[in-house]
Amino acid sequence: MAKTLEKKDHVVVRFAGDSGDGMQVVGSRFTDETAAAGNDLATLPDFPAEIRAPAGTPHGVSAFQIHFASRDILTPGDRPNVLVAMNPAALKVNLPALERGGTIIVNEDGFNDNNLRKAGYASNPLEDGSLDGYTVFRVPMTSLTVRATQGIDGLTSRDAARSKNFFALGLVSWLYGRPTEPTIEWIERRFAERPAIRDANLAAFHAGWNFGETTEALAVHYEVEPAKLPPGTYRNVNGTQATALGLIAASVRSGLPLFYASYPITPASELLHTLSRQRRFGVRTVQAEDEIAAAGMALGAAFAGNLAVTATSGPGMDLKAETIGLAVMLELPLVIIDVQRAGPSTGMPTKTEQSDLLMALYGRHGESPLPVVAAATPAHCFDAALEAARIAITYRTPVILLTDTFLANSSEPWRLPEIDELPHIDPEFAQPPSDADSDERPKFLPYQRDERLRRPWAIPGTPGLQHRIGGLEKQHETGAISYDPQNHEFMTRLREERIARIANDIPELAVDDPGGADLLVLGWGSTYGAIHGAVRKLRRERGVKVAAAHLTHLNPLPANTGEVLRRYRRVLVPELNRGQLARLLRAEYLVDVESFSKVTGLPMFTADIVEQIELRVERARRAA
Amino acid sequence: MTKKDFTSDQETRWCPGCGDYAILATVQSLLPELGVPPERCVFVSGIGCSGRFVYYVDTYGIHSIHGRAPAIATGIAATRPDLSVWVITGDGDGLSIGGNHLIHALRRNVPIKILLFNNQIYGLTKGQYSPTSEQGKVTKSTPFGSEDLPFNPLALALGAGATFVARSVDTDKQHLAETLRAAAEHPGAAFVEIYQNCNVFNDGAFDAVRAKGQRERNQIRLEHGKPIRFGADSEFGLVRGDDGSLAVAKISDVGEDAIVVHDAKNPDPTLAFQLAQFAPRPLGPTPVGVFRAVDAPVWGADLAAELRAAHERVGEDELAALLRQGETWTVA
Repeated sequence: MAKTLEKKDHVVVRFAGDSGDGMQVVGSRFTDETAAAGNDLATLPDFPAEIRAPAGTPHGVSAFQIHFASRDILTPGDRPNVLVAMNPAALKVNLPALERGGTIIVNEDGFNDNNLRKAGYASNPLEDGSLDGYTVFRVPMTSLTVRATQGIDGLTSRDAARSKNFFALGLVSWLYGRPTEPTIEWIERRFAERPAIRDANLAAFHAGWNFGETTEALAVHYEVEPAKLPPGTYRNVNGTQATALGLIAASVRSGLPLFYASYPITPASELLHTLSRQRRFGVRTVQAEDEIAAAGMALGAAFAGNLAVTATSGPGMDLKAETIGLAVMLELPLVIIDVQRAGPSTGMPTKTEQSDLLMALYGRHGESPLPVVAAATPAHCFDAALEAARIAITYRTPVILLTDTFLANSSEPWRLPEIDELPHIDPEFAQPPSDADSDERPKFLPYQRDERLRRPWAIPGTPGLQHRIGGLEKQHETGAISYDPQNHEFMTRLREERIARIANDIPELAVDDPGGADLLVLGWGSTYGAIHGAVRKLRRERGVKVAAAHLTHLNPLPANTGEVLRRYRRVLVPELNRGQLARLLRAEYLVDVESFSKVTGLPMFTADIVEQIELRVERARRAA
Repeated sequence: MTKKDFTSDQETRWCPGCGDYAILATVQSLLPELGVPPERCVFVSGIGCSGRFVYYVDTYGIHSIHGRAPAIATGIAATRPDLSVWVITGDGDGLSIGGNHLIHALRRNVPIKILLFNNQIYGLTKGQYSPTSEQGKVTKSTPFGSEDLPFNPLALALGAGATFVARSVDTDKQHLAETLRAAAEHPGAAFVEIYQNCNVFNDGAFDAVRAKGQRERNQIRLEHGKPIRFGADSEFGLVRGDDGSLAVAKISDVGEDAIVVHDAKNPDPTLAFQLAQFAPRPLGPTPVGVFRAVDAPVWGADLAAELRAAHERVGEDELAALLRQGETWTVA
């Protein structure tokens, strides 16, 4: 049968099933096929917090969304165009997100009475007309898979049925003309030692593809041309991987061994898993007894002369606060990574938010300023981690790096940097006095300042530089304990000034503004994609004049921040919190910025920002 | 090297008569004998009177935060097996707010020496009861007597799997020095409880074991491989009762052969645990010395060396290869 090939410039597909159905595997394979096809892409896995919720229920639904396009894109997409639903619960949970009139491909075999009941459907949505506004393809994936895998030696009927996720992948791969080689190679590699499973998955994948090719139900398939990305070598990377690689790069570029201590907590645990495999690079990881110990171990390692890192999420930050305060007093390099998650206390561990900004800036007792850096995209986590380490080592200070659940799990193509493009970081350890053996040697002053107000980093093992430091207030230069009132005021201001001067060493805030905009949309962290996607879309499609800027450094802020804010008539600050950056900017610069707040546990969508910009453009038009 | 090489220029500030002075002097005299230069020693302390200790030894040191010294010391030891790492803590710091870190440093067998100054009181915060204070202790925070049962630090350490456990007394310079030397020579985590007198808030708490005129009959000095005997004329010994428990007996009544022989190197911690519990209250005969010193794998030392070597081998080519791992594609 002749099939029609239609061109599309971008597509959003969501695979959804039970958490045992292998949706994350299928999503990752489809991502690799898509990368091989040369599209730009962004992905968003979404899985339940429970280890394994009851099968077939809405609590157990696991999903993977991918957005791919023939141009550069910035987000995993707001609304899927295509939903693959392996059972009624997956359909029920994901249908609200699907675009109106979108395509639904269901595993018809999954829609039995038992599953319908568990999903809470009173009648079968495939038959009661409730899906009339959509294009629905009913494919008996389980039975077709079982039939395709008949005759495979040693395959149980249960394992045969379990291969249905590869049937779904084969079908969707056909639909969008994805290259099949990456998946075939992956299956052969992954299941090399279990030939029956390997052959079943291959048979299911081919059967899915062939079903698309032959069935009369699907008359159209689509082509998404390769994107024109900047030249270079690319790989897919999620925020967790990029953060780990950034830390290792900082270790290599500084010559300091990487020490990483943390306590398991979602979603930061993945970073521990990733780094613990990197002994080849001299990475020392410790799973500490608690968050406090993790921070303490890292601080000890920093004193001993390592690139010391600890990471956590949500409530783990509360527990680390006291140690971070000590690091402020000790003026030692320490990188603290907060993979932010939704809500106070345990909140929603697998959902995203960016509500720890004010905590990162101010969440310690006393006056205890420190630099804060935030990553904008999954790939940018590499640069942000490297930058956090650079500032920590160069300025001998704890630095908080903010990422979030969305960045950690979501992936995108990353243009690999050349190693010599990466900053060289010089730890500049204090050197032993040349006359170390002489009785006349000058006394070592552990809190003597250089022109950047930094104190020397003298590591144990260095003769002649023995010194004691601690959390009690330091006397200027000597570091001895001091209760002198003037000294405390002096040291408080000095610690503040030392951090403030880092502004001289970070890039100015760059504004994306072709000219003439009245409205600036300013963001930080993982809203980058949605903000810039919305701004480009409105410019491209409707000629709206709107500017966008993004903060990577939240403390100190870039030196020109106030000037940029005052340049625009209106400033919109979208955040996945209740307006934390907006509050900060108002306080620092007395500029009447407008906050757009979203706290649903979901990432910011392009449509959210488009709506906010349109609202303001319309208001301005009416006022004029 | 002499004591002077380990004495900092800071003025020592504890209450006059504090037991900490004696411990400090003993440590400063011992360190030169260990053959580790000052720049390779690191002292880490928490909060409390004992926390000030680090300011007075001329080595590297961190006076850290409440209870966290074992964790910070673990980070140092994990990455620098070339250093001699000491933790100075107290009964409040180490057993209350820092209890978690203490037990985990011990169960990991981190190569650090933990000196727990036990005076059964909170001194720095001015006189509240501590986790080792006896039940019924009347203090500022417990005017009707404390409800809590006390921790037994040595039993706790043994329960955590400590490979070296000892007890000594602040003013017994020679015994303390010997005990600390044994701790320093132990390859893994060493835990030493030091009975320390707080003459301001809990004066005389350990007089039965410590004071002249009492210690002679109450202190049981443990020596590996020797029968456990004590008394002014060594006339008493520890024997096993029918149920296996330890009891005091007059040697003239039971005979030399009935006396239990101390075995600190037995992998089975049963005897050490019995001895640790053998401190009747109010204080009667109390064992001091090395309760347990067994060989066991030391946490992290080999790994630290291996990782440092790996790190030094890594160059930019390896980094480039790491960044490129997995599927890559090229856009021209």
